[in-house]
Amino acid sequence: MRTIFYLIKKEFLQIFRNKFISKAIFAVPLVQMLILVPAVTFELKSVKLTVIDKDITSESRGLINKLNGSTFFKVSSSTFSEDEAINLLHRNKCTMILEIPEGFGKDIGNGTPGRLLATIDAVNASSAELTWAYFSGVIRDYNTDLIKKNLSTISPIPLQKIVITNRYWYNELLNYKYYMLPGILVILVTAIGFLLAGLNMVREKEVGTIEQINVTPVRKYHFIIAKMVPFLLIGLIDLALGLIIGKIAFNIPFEGSILLLFLSSTIFLIAVLGVALFISTFSGTQQQYMFVAFFCMIIFILMSGIFTPYESMPVWAQDFNLINPVAYLMRINRMVMLKGSTMHDISRELYSLATIAIVFTTLAVRRYRKTA
Amino acid sequence: MNKKVIYVKNLVKKFDSFVANDNLSFEVSEGEIFGFLGANGAGKTTTIRILSGLSKPTSGEVKVAGFDAYTQAEQIKKNIGYMCQKFSLYEDLTVKENIVLYGGIYGMKKSLIKERLSDLLEKLHFQEYENRMISDLPLGLRQKLAFSVAVLHEPKIVFLDEPTGGVDPITRRQFWETIYETASRGITIFVTTHYMDEAEYCDRISIMNEGKIVALDTPEMLKKQYNVSSVEEVFIKIARP
Repeated sequence: MRTIFYLIKKEFLQIFRNKFISKAIFAVPLVQMLILVPAVTFELKSVKLTVIDKDITSESRGLINKLNGSTFFKVSSSTFSEDEAINLLHRNKCTMILEIPEGFGKDIGNGTPGRLLATIDAVNASSAELTWAYFSGVIRDYNTDLIKKNLSTISPIPLQKIVITNRYWYNELLNYKYYMLPGILVILVTAIGFLLAGLNMVREKEVGTIEQINVTPVRKYHFIIAKMVPFLLIGLIDLALGLIIGKIAFNIPFEGSILLLFLSSTIFLIAVLGVALFISTFSGTQQQYMFVAFFCMIIFILMSGIFTPYESMPVWAQDFNLINPVAYLMRINRMVMLKGSTMHDISRELYSLATIAIVFTTLAVRRYRKTA
Repeated sequence: MNKKVIYVKNLVKKFDSFVANDNLSFEVSEGEIFGFLGANGAGKTTTIRILSGLSKPTSGEVKVAGFDAYTQAEQIKKNIGYMCQKFSLYEDLTVKENIVLYGGIYGMKKSLIKERLSDLLEKLHFQEYENRMISDLPLGLRQKLAFSVAVLHEPKIVFLDEPTGGVDPITRRQFWETIYETASRGITIFVTTHYMDEAEYCDRISIMNEGKIVALDTPEMLKKQYNVSSVEEVFIKIARP
């Protein structure tokens, strides 16, 4: 057992003697949190709208004002030429064109349904759908306004309607930063687990120092554990830094137990370090390792549900996520931080992570050969 | 002097269809300085890697320090030291840190590591280098240090794969003095080299060519046998038929 301490000490000496790595360890969480958290958002704040108003009546003006007055739409230009409007759409100068045909106001006045044509840039399908939903909302309001106006001139009875009151639970202000921050923390910890330990191992192969280790009676699992422990600790330190930055810069709510979050991240890091060291046993050069590890990391992160809801993925993707450690921590972090979930609530995720950790660490130890 | 610490019989090592070691048989006695000569690519490093438990033989019988190379590689590793041509101490650690690390890996007691460290620094006149990074040391000093680390745990046998490559003649001479001193303590030295003057220092030498041992005897007997005045001429006669 004493051997492990000598080996761990050696790793720490080497890490902190490397000026670049030792600085990067502290700089990375700072930069990631401060840049990614506010930048990654799905909120639709202002949709640039080009209006082709061929009607020019008080009704068409009223509609345009209604749109402009809403928080989501901003009339960025108006024109009479359809070609010009499409040209603007092509050049990303607007994301939606609204054409109000001649006779719109007249139709409304005499009771015929009014007609509008909306063209939405759907390169990003989900934001196009959101735009459409917001637009329909504004039109619905406009319709109600019209009915009210007409009714009030005929009868004094107020318009009947159903009012729904809703509550957004866990994130009442629908603040996207609260949703993204726990996810960014996962990415931070993933990057440290995936890249540093594996590269360190392969570097020893490249330089040849591993040969000198392999010719000693050192036990394989001692060597592997000694490669894991320093990066496990660094990952947890970075997690703590990330949380502190989240609190100071974004005032992130923390409903659950911090201890539970660190416990989950510890198991997660062992799993990821196991995968990383397993990959390193196949790689002869740092370049090979980087290529494979990056590929795995991107797949793990994109499939983890950080951007897209886990539940809306196809079944095979959800099945894949059974072996994706990032997906588990993604859920755990959000549940613990935003919902205040307890150990009991996340026990399935924890068991799964522990299984991945044991399997891949064992594989890494077994695949690492001291005698070729 | 007659106890055999290395026993090799009909050793064959193949890499796919390439035969790196072709039916080697030899024995090395305790305390002997055994020189392993041969042109580049003759298969010396392959043999040394098998003997030190880094590589498994394809067939044949191999026993090192009484342990079997197929099944007891880790036992062999406890009893040997190894220094290879590719310099392998940690360059970003200091002299002291390297020694403490390897002492720890071999399970030596803290007090013993400390004692060996100060002995070693004194013997090599290394005191001023104790806290210097290996990358700051000249090659000759690094080689001496690597050798000292290889015998730090007092192994039965030490394998040296071209230990003096690229080192100046004075340092080489000093290096060989250390080798003699180590052998006199009963540690067997198994050394490969390209320097024929070094071969003259060995108790016995074997010369390899294309994976086979083509000559094995004391330097004197070989010179007599080939009727030449130096090992270099023996080598040239054998290696360039």
